[in-house]
Formats: sequence, C-alpha cells, structure tokens
Amino acid sequence: MTISGVIPKHIEEVLSTHRRGFLKSAGLLVVSFATGGGTFVSEALAQNGNAAREGPYPDPDFRQLDSWIVIHENNTATFYVGKTDPGQGTGTSFRQLMSDELDIAFDQTTCVMGSTDITVDQGGSGGSSAMERDSWPMRRAAAEARRVLLEMAADHLGAPADQLTVSNAVICLKADPSKRVTYGELIAGKKFNVRLTGANVNAVTGIAKVKPVHELKYTGQPIQRDDIPAKVDGSQKWVVDVRLPGMVHARNIKPPFACAKLTGIDESSVRNLPGFIKVMRKGNYVAVVCEREEQAIRAARELKTTWEKPATAPFPASEDLFHYMRGATPTSVAEPIVVGDPDAAFSSAAKVVEAEYEIPFQGHTAFAGAAAVADPSNDQMTVYSNDMKSYSMRTGVAAFLGMPRERVRVVYMQGPQCFGRSAAEDAACEAAWIAREIGRPVRMQWMRQEETAWDTKGPAFLVKMRGALDASGRLAGYEYSARSCDYNHVGYNEHDTVLIAQLMGARREKPANGSSAMPSDVYAIPHRRMAGEVVSLPLVWETPIRTGNLRDPNGPQSTFGAESFIDELAAAAKSDPLQFRMDMLKAATIDDAGFRRARSIAVLKAAAEAYSWDPRPSPKSPGKEDILTGRGVAYSFRGQTVVAQIAEVEVNRRTGHVWAKRMVCAHDCGLIVNPQSLRHTIECATLHGLSRAIHEEVQFDTEKVTSMDWISHPTLRHSDVPERIDIVLVNGDPNPNRSDLRPYGAGEAAIKPMLAAIANAIYDATGVRIRRVPFRDARVLAALKAAKI
Amino acid sequence: MSKVNLKVNGSMHTLDVEPDTPLLYILRNDVGLQGPRFGCGLGQCGACTVIINGVAVRSCILPVSSVKGEVTTLEGLSSNGRLHPVQQAWIDEQVPQCGFCQNGQIMTAKALLDKIPQPTDAQIRETMNTTLCRCMTYYRVQAAIKRAAQTMSNGRTASAEKARV
Repeated sequence: MTISGVIPKHIEEVLSTHRRGFLKSAGLLVVSFATGGGTFVSEALAQNGNAAREGPYPDPDFRQLDSWIVIHENNTATFYVGKTDPGQGTGTSFRQLMSDELDIAFDQTTCVMGSTDITVDQGGSGGSSAMERDSWPMRRAAAEARRVLLEMAADHLGAPADQLTVSNAVICLKADPSKRVTYGELIAGKKFNVRLTGANVNAVTGIAKVKPVHELKYTGQPIQRDDIPAKVDGSQKWVVDVRLPGMVHARNIKPPFACAKLTGIDESSVRNLPGFIKVMRKGNYVAVVCEREEQAIRAARELKTTWEKPATAPFPASEDLFHYMRGATPTSVAEPIVVGDPDAAFSSAAKVVEAEYEIPFQGHTAFAGAAAVADPSNDQMTVYSNDMKSYSMRTGVAAFLGMPRERVRVVYMQGPQCFGRSAAEDAACEAAWIAREIGRPVRMQWMRQEETAWDTKGPAFLVKMRGALDASGRLAGYEYSARSCDYNHVGYNEHDTVLIAQLMGARREKPANGSSAMPSDVYAIPHRRMAGEVVSLPLVWETPIRTGNLRDPNGPQSTFGAESFIDELAAAAKSDPLQFRMDMLKAATIDDAGFRRARSIAVLKAAAEAYSWDPRPSPKSPGKEDILTGRGVAYSFRGQTVVAQIAEVEVNRRTGHVWAKRMVCAHDCGLIVNPQSLRHTIECATLHGLSRAIHEEVQFDTEKVTSMDWISHPTLRHSDVPERIDIVLVNGDPNPNRSDLRPYGAGEAAIKPMLAAIANAIYDATGVRIRRVPFRDARVLAALKAAKI
Repeated sequence: MSKVNLKVNGSMHTLDVEPDTPLLYILRNDVGLQGPRFGCGLGQCGACTVIINGVAVRSCILPVSSVKGEVTTLEGLSSNGRLHPVQQAWIDEQVPQCGFCQNGQIMTAKALLDKIPQPTDAQIRETMNTTLCRCMTYYRVQAAIKRAAQTMSNGRTASAEKARV
C-alpha cells in the first residue's frame, strides 16, 4: 500500500500562505470565528502575485492520499478538493464530512478548492453533484487517512490498532488514555505516501470504509458557512481584485449586430487617448488595451469600427420566436418514449385536453459582467477566474492558445454567481489571448450591456401536451412533445465554441445537437408518449443568442409545460390539483432503489401540511375585489431529489401585477449535510425560479438583443419577495434512519417546478391560464382582459 | 490629469487622475479597496455603493471631482476590530451566497437604518428595491435588516441607560 508518490512542494507553500491569510482575516472576526478554520479558494496566490509557483503545473495525483489531506504540526488539517463553491456552502459541507471521517474537530480544519495546480480534478461544480457524487472520494480519502494514522499510532504506542481510540485528532490507548499521540505528532512534516485505488477520481478509495450515518458528528449540523465573514467585512479578494505587476485593462468591442463582419477599424480615433496601449483584432474579435480601467472603458466606447450585416436575418424578433419555432424543421428528433398504447387511450377517452406552452430564452445574466485576469509570466499562463469549472477551463484555454496543458493553470476565486456555462469562460480565453499577445498580465471585464446581451442563454421551449381523461376523471393517456431552440448548444470551456474563437472564425464541422427534455415525474399514467426535438435559429455562430447550460438546463421549461398541464387536467376533472397528483403517485406500487416514488408522495404531503392546503378544485371563483388570491402546486424531481412547491399569489386585476405572497417548498435530497446552507440554497433557488416566472425574458429584434441592462431585462427585486417562505426538509425514505442514507443534489432541484407553481396559482386566483412565460404585468393584464376578469 | 483630494474611511488621499473618472475606479484601483465593486456601471444594481454624508451613493456614475465629503466604504464600517451591527446581522442571518452584491445590500441598509432606525417592511422594500441580487438572497437581506435594527435599538437603549446612571 505504501509506495512512492511525492506531495507537491507547492501544496505546503500554498498552505502556509493560506494560513497566514486566514489568521490575518480572523483577527477582525474574533467574535464569530474565534478558533475556526475556513474554506479557501486560492486568493493567497493572487495576493502574492506569481511568487508562489513558476510552473509548469503537473496534475495533482488523485490516487495519492497526500493530494487530499495535509496534517500540520499544530494538529490541524487542510483538505484539498477539486470542487468550487460559488456560494451555496459546499466548501463548509465538505469540511463537515471530511472532519467526521478523519475524526478531527471541524474548527481545526480548512479546505482549499478549485485551483488546478494544487487540487485534484473533480470537475469543479455542476449538475448538483457536490454531495451526491463528489463528496464520496473526499470521505473515503479522509477515512483512509484516519486508518493510516491509527496504524502509525499502533507502532508509536506499541499496541494493536484495535486497542486504540481516536477523538479530535488525538489517538490514545482505550485502556490507558494517558498514553496518547496526536495526528500532528505522527505525520506533520512527513508524507502519507499512501496510494489510493480507483479507476477514476470518483472511484478513489483506500482500504478504510466510510462511517455509517449515525456516527457522523458534524454532518447534519447547521454550521455557519465559513466563506461568509469575508464577504461581509470587505476582506474577500475577488477575481476582479487581482492586481499584478504590469497589469493592464482590456475591454471588448462587440459587433453591433449578430453575425456581423468587421470591415474597418479607425485606430486614430483612440490612438491619442490617455493610457492607450493597443487595439487587438483578429477576424471579428476586437478589444482595446489601456493602462487604466477607465481609460479602457473610454477607448472601447470611442473606437470607430464599421461592420457589415449578414445577408440573412440571424434570428426572428423575439415576438415572432414561437411562430418561427413551430414552422422550423427540426435539426434532431429524439426517439419517443412510449408506454402502453396511448392512441387507444385517446380514442376511448371521455375527455381530451390539449394545451401548448411557451418559454422564451432566459439569460444567465450574472450580477456583474464576466471578468478574468490572465498572467503570461514565465512562458506559462495563469488565469484567475470564478468559472465553476476551473479544470475544464485549464484544458480549454490551453487548447485555444495552442499551449501544452502543463503550462496553464486556473486559479479559482470568488465572483458573481455562476449557475452553469457563464460568460466567465469567454472572458478567460479573451484575457489569456491578449495577455499572450502583449506579454503583460491582462484584466478583462465585460460591461453590463455586453453581459446581458451576449452571455449564454437557456434554450426557448415549446411544449405541446395532450391528455385523455377517462369517465371517472383519471388520466389514462398522456402525450408530451417538446421542441427546444438549442442547436449549437455551447459546452463548457470548449476552445472552438468560446465566443472569441467564434469571432476569430472557428467553426465546428458538426455543431452540438442541443437537447430537449422529458417530464420529471413518477406519476402512474397507464399510456404515455413523450417526444422531444430541437430546432435551430437561422444563424448560430457569432451570435448573442447562443444557448448553454443554465441552472437545471431544460428542467424549468419542460416542467412548466408538464406541471401546468397536470393542473389543467385536474381542473378538467374537477379535482383538487394536489390530490390529483397524489392519486397518480399512489396508483403505482413499485419504486426505484432510491425510493423516489415514496419520497415524491412525502414531499407533496409535507408541502400540503406546511401550507394548510384546503382541498378543492381550481379555480376559485374570482370575486369583485381588485386583488385576487390563489394557490398553486407543482412537483418534480431532479436526479433523486424530489421537490414540491406551493405558491400563494396575489394578482392585481387592475395592473396585472403578480406577487407571490407566500412560498412553501418541501424538499427531499436524502442525507442532509448542512441544513442551514441547504435551506438557504433552496430558498434562493425558489426565488430564482420566481424571477424567471414573473420577469425574465431575453428580447431581440431581427439583428440584435435588445435586453441590455436591468431596465430592459428585469430581474426579481426586494419588492417581489414573498412575505413568508417555508422550507420543509423531508426525509421520505421508508427507512429514514438507515445507516447508508445517501446525499443527493440540491443546487438546482427547487427551481424546476417554480414556473408551473406560479402559473397554477395565477389560474386558481383568476381562472385564467397563462401558458407563456414570463408573467409580466402587461401579459397578465391582457389575459385577464381577454377573459373579462 | 489633475490633483484630487479624497477622504476615505478616515484617511486623506491625494490622487492624480482625470476628474471625470467615476469614483468607483479610483476607490478600487488607486485607493486599493475591494468593498465597492463594478456590477453595471449604470447606477442600476448597487454593487458600487458607498456612503457620503449619510447617503448611499452609486460610485460607478459619480465623477470623483464631484465628491464633497468623506467617503465610507464597506471596509470602513467596522471599528476597533468589531463588525458594525449590520455586518454582524448579515453573518447571523447567513445572508450571502456568492456575495458579490452584498456590498450594496449592506451599505444601503446601513444608510437606511441611520436615517430610519426602525423601518417598516414597506420602507425596507422601497429603499432596497434598486439594490439587486442575482443569487436571490433578498429574503435574508430583509431579515438581517430587521435584526440589525433590533440590535442597534438595544444598543441605544443600553447607552441611554448608562448615561442616566
């Protein structure tokens, strides 16, 4: 088991820098953060410029225990994990799990995340996989470290390991607790040199087994997030705070029209501006570089460029989008999923219900424009980025620049929120390319209009539904047919689809197909047909309407159709919409290995109880008052996580304004590692869903995006916030105290049913079914007027 | 370029800059602060908020030459190593997610509480309404404002009682 493998020297270097940084910031926070450790991204690297590492940067070996855990002389531990935490508290949760497995006090640990040269590649964040998949190799590595330390202690104390006990990183003889040795005394300054096994990083394991759930002490505790104090006291160092010697500022000049061709640049328009350094151009990519930030902003504004429009319109105007999508020839069609005999069910139906739902493009629209800093020193390339996938960024930047991967590293730092494939990836390649061209560190920053118009979008969807009710009001036949506008979907950190590559002329021979989505329910419906297909916009390169993964990429769209329609069926059957769902969940008897059916029933029941749901069919009959109130429910799963959302809304009959006055979310994601940060994540995902339900839509004419800022692209505001939000954490496992209860994902699941929950509540309040997102005042008012409400 | 004198968090700075440069860039790149941040450059989101003469101001659209009075930034709220009650409430309520907007939330809330020590829910919503958050931490921001109002009120009561004694 013990074979060669050297801990990289820089892990120790970084550690000492981190420790110093930690102690310094802890000084201000004596009250709330007296003895504790913290979770660190590599801001220490940025603070110290490049002194720490000159490169090249070989991959840390995930099969080497020393790559995961370092124990120090003072009996503290640092965990190194290949994840990023953009603010949902996963870093704190990793510390809880690893502290438990290692048997060390939580506040004697720190966690370093996300920088490619000092942490193993676990992919960064994405797919709500932090606890569900990626916490396992961490736990097994920590358990193995505990096992190895016990063996070392056995030698040290001259007693067999089974006669030893361990608590808070101190090992002693069970029979004589005065005979003791600390982890630090055993291993500090040395290496474990223990080889782990496993075909890939997810499978990494040692000999030791992880603990059963009931032996986990910190796991399950509402421990405060360790990243919050620095974000509150002003000491947090963000990507945008990186300052390097000789660093210059860059700004992009985006084409004024989609798919435009650059026909001229008049450099004399900016040559004499203060601080001007250079105009960068290759193909249709244009940027300016200046000594100071405000100088770069001015030069980008004043640079005179001329552009030629494409011969054909790149896309229809947003108000014509769904008409266009209906008429387009699909670029790909998925094999339909058929259960039973849906045609027979429809031909023998007592009642057939049909509806069609429309969800527009919705943007990532990060709170601040994308930013990155790139440093070309020593013939290497260091990129400072908040992209949640720092590891693929390293590969993507290397491929884009044609550099060996070993010469590129990405230092993960905090930035504005990242819920998928964000423009942070585009900014990184831009900064790196300019830095290499001019031989100086470069800070690239996108402006607001650029971010809102040119970031990646969640695909627009058309969802057609048909339902066959039998004579007793049960759903016998069901057809779901989704069409997404997602052709040439941009992946993560792809060197040939990143925006600068497109503008420089890169074209994939075979663009990505994109995808549609199927409903996420476990209703027992005897006869089903579910189909999905993808259509393309007329032009898909060098366009601001480019699709990429956005928080639960297709889930809110498909679930808006599916769960709005279940409500329509319940109304047609004159059934209570919650009971209608419950009956379909209870109609089946078989379940999967994760008991998703049982847990779906449990969350619906828990949400109904928390809300005090009063069973009756929707809609209420609207009264004469100006404010109409109603409630709606929607349910879905993502992976094994099941969620029920209940919204209570007020609809203003005179203005069309919708206010979600109360939200109840019941959520079951298996083992809960930190209920405090979990509640926060669910609450914020719920409100993100509310924002997408009532505000968000990317609008465009036939040549450019016209949603450019927070006025033309509204988002949720303080005045929209419910006066009460109840989060109910459910454990619906048939054996809730099982010792092997698993954690499932929580970053995305709660957003999925939100569009439908709000639509269903509006219907209950008004009797008007709105099948087009978002439910902005004007749309709701027009619908109310059309229905003479 | 011309000389500009700027008092920030108790310290005087003499800077040689273009007078129409927005205050934000001076605070970040010349004074070396990181509390105020660039979010939109349009005065729409609040990320760049600082307090001048008791008023929460958007520094991304404020020319440095027009600053009259001392500038307080997020870094200037704590005193003698103790967090301001608003900051402490933010930790107690575990408000931030990514945290990038929280400078604006905290500074706007601080100016609100200095002006209206016990704001109603409606006053909180109205005052905070142009301070945006894309992680959607609003619910906790509002809870933290109420908690801070309570803490500050308790502090004032305690001080008043001390004075009477």
